Amino acid sequence: MNSAGTILTVAAFASVPLWLHDPYLMNALITTGIFIVGAMSLNLLLGFTGQLSLGHIAFFGIGAYVSALTSLGFDVGLPGGFRIVHDPWPPLAGFALAIVIAGLCGYLVGRLSFRVRGAYFVIVTISFAEVVRLIALNWVELTQGPLALTNIPSMTIGLPGVGSLVLRTKLQNYYLVLTIAVAAYVLISRLVHSHFGRAMRGLMENETLAVSVGIDVTRTLTLAAVISAGLAGAAGSLYAHYIRIIDPEVFAFINTVTMVIMVISGGKGSLAGPVVGGMIFGLLPVVLRPIMAPEAQWMAYGGVLIAILLVLPRGIVPSLAQRFAKRRSLPETAVSIAFAEPRTKEHA
Amino acid sequence: MSELLQHLVNMLVLGGTYALLGIGLTLIFGIMNVVNFTHGVLYTFGAYIMFIVVHQLGLNFFLALPLAVVAGWLLGAAIELTLLRPLRGSDIDTTMLVMIGAWITMQSGTLWIWGGVAKSVATPFPDAPLVLGPVSVSWLRLFVLAAAASLIVFTYLLINRTKLGCAMRATFQDQDTASLMGVNVDLIYTSTFAIGSSLAAAAGALLGPVYVIFPQMGDLAAVKAFAIVILGGLGNITGAVIGGFILALAEELGAGYVSSGYRDAMGFLIIIAVLIFKPTGLFARRERVG
Repeated sequence: MNSAGTILTVAAFASVPLWLHDPYLMNALITTGIFIVGAMSLNLLLGFTGQLSLGHIAFFGIGAYVSALTSLGFDVGLPGGFRIVHDPWPPLAGFALAIVIAGLCGYLVGRLSFRVRGAYFVIVTISFAEVVRLIALNWVELTQGPLALTNIPSMTIGLPGVGSLVLRTKLQNYYLVLTIAVAAYVLISRLVHSHFGRAMRGLMENETLAVSVGIDVTRTLTLAAVISAGLAGAAGSLYAHYIRIIDPEVFAFINTVTMVIMVISGGKGSLAGPVVGGMIFGLLPVVLRPIMAPEAQWMAYGGVLIAILLVLPRGIVPSLAQRFAKRRSLPETAVSIAFAEPRTKEHA
Repeated sequence: MSELLQHLVNMLVLGGTYALLGIGLTLIFGIMNVVNFTHGVLYTFGAYIMFIVVHQLGLNFFLALPLAVVAGWLLGAAIELTLLRPLRGSDIDTTMLVMIGAWITMQSGTLWIWGGVAKSVATPFPDAPLVLGPVSVSWLRLFVLAAAASLIVFTYLLINRTKLGCAMRATFQDQDTASLMGVNVDLIYTSTFAIGSSLAAAAGALLGPVYVIFPQMGDLAAVKAFAIVILGGLGNITGAVIGGFILALAEELGAGYVSSGYRDAMGFLIIIAVLIFKPTGLFARRERVG
């Protein structure tokens, strides 16, 4: 891995608030960063196991709702006269719970749909997202339904000896998101270069062969789904504590599609792909907003998705990496692309 | 008891259109191996054709249905020729993502042209429902049931009694052999996609006047169609018909006896239950368990 390129990129991102003071652009960067974490988690599944989760926003939304409810507290009645009363906990506990519960949902969805291959995982994840959306909409006592959960506290970090720091400003949240994004990037990159990562890629390239050398398919895929869902949950938690209001609209399918477009355009199966694709499609609405109606923007999104698949089916980063790999006369395999990509990031 | 009878009658009406949706999707999946995400948009498209023909062109209500079928056929053929034909031989994920792109583009286009306000279609049927003992059903719904049933029978005959249907079935079984026997596989693909699309448009044209018409109406219809197809087994037409009625029954009973807010969740619960207990679908023809 070319760690110099990675460090340089992180340093470049870290310097942004020094020269960019426009609050609207900062806001766009923060939400883009959050969605990039979501896209990275999607890429772990789509790019490294070949399984497309089209309900990925469900894990994101569950993370958001869990984190918000943990830090707001709730009091709901259950059938049979029971009541669950929960007093507010610090947002950091909500963040941790968001990861755990989203991961658990990833486990359930994975166990359910990896019994069969083919389009099932796609359809189960869509269905799951829709069920979760309906619950968020209809279980008004817990989620406030369409009235939304409001006044979600900002993320608070306890510092030993100093007391606690409440991250209210855009600047603080920018660095929080950047930190989490870098952590997620490092986690995924270590993961895909581990034994487990090779098992995942082996499965994607040739399942029969992978099974014959002793890889447990269902276990590997389910574990990937758990980690991916947990990461998406973390992104959702960040979103809840930054935006500070959550309604069932967060589960809109278009949000999943946005993540899918980020991954596909950047390059699935490449570590930097979601970052590059995410920066493009996260900031594209900022550019398009003054010149196009929202409907036209979505039309453009769909058109761009089709165009990328037809013209650049492997995505931006792998296509660039291939060019570099050719120069270094490496074979064009997924592995060489995964290894070669950090150096392309500074050029992308 | 009378309440149950009423639910069963509603189930028949709903199930007919669901079966149409399911047949279209399962044909396309079974023969072309394409997960067709534009199916819901075609459904919406059919409903808007109904609206345009009746309200903007001022033509007869009964003329609108055949026009919607033809328009769905044309749009389906156009999608197949422009988007799927260049991707022949690509993996299932690529075609699926392209279909998602087409869905977003077309749905946003619908929203752009007609706006997000829900529209309703005036029908020539009397407002007073037909009352048969404890059960009442509107004339419009009866028409929907009759039209859906005839379209199902028509499709069944098309697949099982015509030369085109024979070529489609041959392509479904073995594309290479069919091609060697002189079947023009490209033509079969285009016809399949066009037929599936026209069925979706017909379902939309039929259910549009029953409910209201809005650009996102197809999203839920598409996911329901997926539920039906999973239920009946991917690529199984009879399974899709039965699956359509089972889903309609589950929705009617769920809405009637559990909670109407979760009516639309029934399809997903069915998908989940089928995957737990019988992952090949209830009427599986092909082994798909991995």
